[in-house]
Amino acid sequence: MTIFLYVLFGVMGGVFGGLGMGGGTILIPLLTIFLGFEQKLSQGINLISFLVMAIIALIIHFKNGYVSTKGIIYIIASGLVFSAVGALMAGFLPSKVLRMAFGGFLCLLSVIEFIKVFKK
Amino acid sequence: MKTESHVNSTSAVKLSKAILKNDIKIFRAWTSHLGTCYHFVKLKKNKLSGWKGKCTLILSGAVIGLLNGFFGGGGGMVCVPILEKVLSLDQKHSHATAIAVIFPISLISAFIYIFKGYLETFPLCVVGAGVVVGGVIGSFALKFLPPKALRIIFALIMLAGGIKLLL
Repeated sequence: MTIFLYVLFGVMGGVFGGLGMGGGTILIPLLTIFLGFEQKLSQGINLISFLVMAIIALIIHFKNGYVSTKGIIYIIASGLVFSAVGALMAGFLPSKVLRMAFGGFLCLLSVIEFIKVFKK
Repeated sequence: MKTESHVNSTSAVKLSKAILKNDIKIFRAWTSHLGTCYHFVKLKKNKLSGWKGKCTLILSGAVIGLLNGFFGGGGGMVCVPILEKVLSLDQKHSHATAIAVIFPISLISAFIYIFKGYLETFPLCVVGAGVVVGGVIGSFALKFLPPKALRIIFALIMLAGGIKLLL
């Protein structure tokens, strides 16, 4: 039963991830709330499984010609530095604080998504 | 003599029609090419050339990287609107490009998470397999764009999860 839930949550996160909507924002709360994973563990699982999925998704998107590489090198370059900073910062905080911060972040994102959906 | 000229005139008409058709094709290709050139020039002039555009890109990279490293995900959610605004990409392109941006960024933070040992092998393998299967479905589905209903469900799950995690 638990294994079934693991796979189900994984597929749900993967579909949104492949769409480029952010699979982690679905997968992490599902894992922490329903399976009782520690926040850091579900973040780590999300990161690694995203990497594997992204390789396949990128191949498909490149074939469809949806990837535009113009100018993204600047975003990636600074993103690389600050993602290391962010990951190290997460290491210093206890999982409980991280969990609450992530909850706030999710609420903010969902409000933005609602605004975007209903504006168009 | 008379018939010959008649034949000639019809073949001339056919020929000119063919040329016209071909011209229209060439003209269309040419205008679409001009269109992309125009788009390219506009993009280059307004958004990317000069320090202001580059600073915007670098700053947005910093925000995306910090959030993605700290929360281990969700960078894509922030990346899509930034790509739409700053690089003026359409919805499909910004969603696909967001994955290309997040991939190298996640690679770095994944190394740190592995190094610090925030992982367990069994759930990783099972959940990871699910994510890969879902990812393939999602990638093919991008052709049809995420429909409104799906986006509302997505936002609702996020909101519910966010509130639950906060409490």
